[in-house]
Amino acid sequence: MDEMKDAVLEYVIDEYVDEDDDMDVGFDTALISSGIVDSFSMVSLKVFLEKKYNITLSDGEATPEAFDTVTSIVELVNKHLG
Amino acid sequence: MAYSDKTRQAFVDDIGEIKKKGIFKEKRFICSPQGAAISVEYPEGSPRQEVLNFCANNYLGLSSHADVIKAAHEGLDSRGYGMSSVRFICGTQDIHRELQDKMSGFLGMEDTLLFPSCMDANAGVFEAILEPEDVIIADRLIHASLVDGIRLCSAQYDTFKHMNMKHLEKKLELHQDKRHRLIVTDGVFSMDGDLCPLDELCELAEKYDAMVLVDESHASGFIGRTGRGTHEHFDVMDKVDIITTTFGKALGGASGGCVSGRKELVELCRQKARPYLFSNSMAPPIVAGSIKVIEVLSKTTERRDKLEVNTQRFREGMTSAGLNIRPGVTPIVPVMLYNAKLANDMARDMYDEGIYVIGFFFPVVAAGAARIRVQLSAAHEIEHIDKCVAAFAKVGEKYGIIGMDKKAIIDKYGM
Repeated sequence: MDEMKDAVLEYVIDEYVDEDDDMDVGFDTALISSGIVDSFSMVSLKVFLEKKYNITLSDGEATPEAFDTVTSIVELVNKHLG
Repeated sequence: MAYSDKTRQAFVDDIGEIKKKGIFKEKRFICSPQGAAISVEYPEGSPRQEVLNFCANNYLGLSSHADVIKAAHEGLDSRGYGMSSVRFICGTQDIHRELQDKMSGFLGMEDTLLFPSCMDANAGVFEAILEPEDVIIADRLIHASLVDGIRLCSAQYDTFKHMNMKHLEKKLELHQDKRHRLIVTDGVFSMDGDLCPLDELCELAEKYDAMVLVDESHASGFIGRTGRGTHEHFDVMDKVDIITTTFGKALGGASGGCVSGRKELVELCRQKARPYLFSNSMAPPIVAGSIKVIEVLSKTTERRDKLEVNTQRFREGMTSAGLNIRPGVTPIVPVMLYNAKLANDMARDMYDEGIYVIGFFFPVVAAGAARIRVQLSAAHEIEHIDKCVAAFAKVGEKYGIIGMDKKAIIDKYGM
C-alpha cells in the first residue's frame, strides 16, 4: 500500500509539477480541485495506473473525485487489485 | 407543459451555483462599432459610458476599418447576404475559393479550408485526419476548442507541461509505437501571452517523426516580421504542418476560421470534418471583408508595427509604474494580481476610470493566478495607452499593490 502510494506520488510530482515550482505535494493534497491536474491532463495519470498495475479504469471510475488525491487514487487501484 | 416548475427550479439552482462560485458572467452591451473608444451599457440598464477598450482581440484595429467595411458592402451587393447551404452542397462561391487561396499564400501553406469559426476548425480537424492507432500530444494550456476537438476524435491523446520541451521529448519517446504522432500547441497562448518556442518544437517533431498543428488565433496578422504568425517569428514556416486560425480577431474581427496546411490533410478535412460538412458557409460579406484584410496586410506592415510600438510603450509604462506584469513581447499583457476578488474589484474600478478591462481567475486560469488581461491594439493612440497606465497606477495605489512582487501581493490578499 505504502509502496504504491509512493510510486503514484512520485509519478504525480514528475508529471504535473514544474521543476521550478516550490509546490508541496503530499498524499492528501487536492490534485484536481486545486488545479494541479485538470480533466484534460488527467489522461496521463489514468494510462500510467492502467499500465503499471495492469488494470482497466472505466470513464465512470476515473472521475475527478476519485483522482483528487494520491490516497483516493490508491484506494481505487486497490479495489481493482482485490 | 414539459417544462414543469420542478424542472425550472433545477435550472434556477444551477444558475445559482454559478453565481455562488463567483464565476457568473454579467451582460455588457457595446452601443458603438468595435474600436479603441467604445460606448458601453454596464451594468445592464445603466446609462452608456464612453470607455477605452483594452480587452478586445482587435489587435490590428481592423474591426471597423473603412476599407474592410467598404469591401463587405460590395460583397453584400455582389454576392448576397447568406448562402443558405453548407459548403459542399451549394454554399461555395468564387470568393470563398479566393479567400482560401489568399490565406494559403499569406500563411505559406499548401491549401486552406474555411470553417464557420476557428472553434469549428478545431472541433473538426482531428477527427478528420487521425485514427485510434494515432496519438495527439498537446500542450496543457491549449485553447478550450482544441481540447474539445481532441476529445471528439478517436485517436489517443497525451499532454505535456506548458511549453516544456524536455517533457514533450519524453512523451514523443513514449509514443514511438503509434502510427502517427501529432503535436498540438497554440502559437500565442491567450491567457499568458507567451509564445510557444516553435523552433525547438519543430526540431523535436523532425527528430521523432511527428506532425505539428498550431492554433494561430492570437498570432495571425501581427506576430512575425510581416505578421504571418508564430511560425514566421521562429523561422519555421516550412515546418508546421497545420495551422488553424480565425478571422474573428486580428484579421477583421467578424467571424470565420480555417484549417491551412499540407494539401492531403486539408483535403481530408474537406471530405470528413463534421463542422465543415454540417454547418453553414461563411457569409459573403464577411468573406469579402476578410479578403480585403489579407490584401491590406500583404501590402504593408504598418499596423503590426504600430501594435508593436503600442505594446512596448504599455509594457514599459506598467513596469515603471510598479505594476506586476507577466514579461513578454505580445500585445496580451497579464497584470498579475493572484487573488480573484482583487482582480474583479480592480477591473471594476478601472471601468470607473474609463478603461474597459476584465479580471480572469480560476477555472479560466490556474488557481492563484488571477489577473487582469490587457490587450493592446493598433487602434490605440499613445494617449490611450498613457491613460490606461495612469488608471492602473491610480487603482493600484488604492489597493496598495504598487511595487509589490508576487509574494507581497499574495501575503496581502491571499490567493
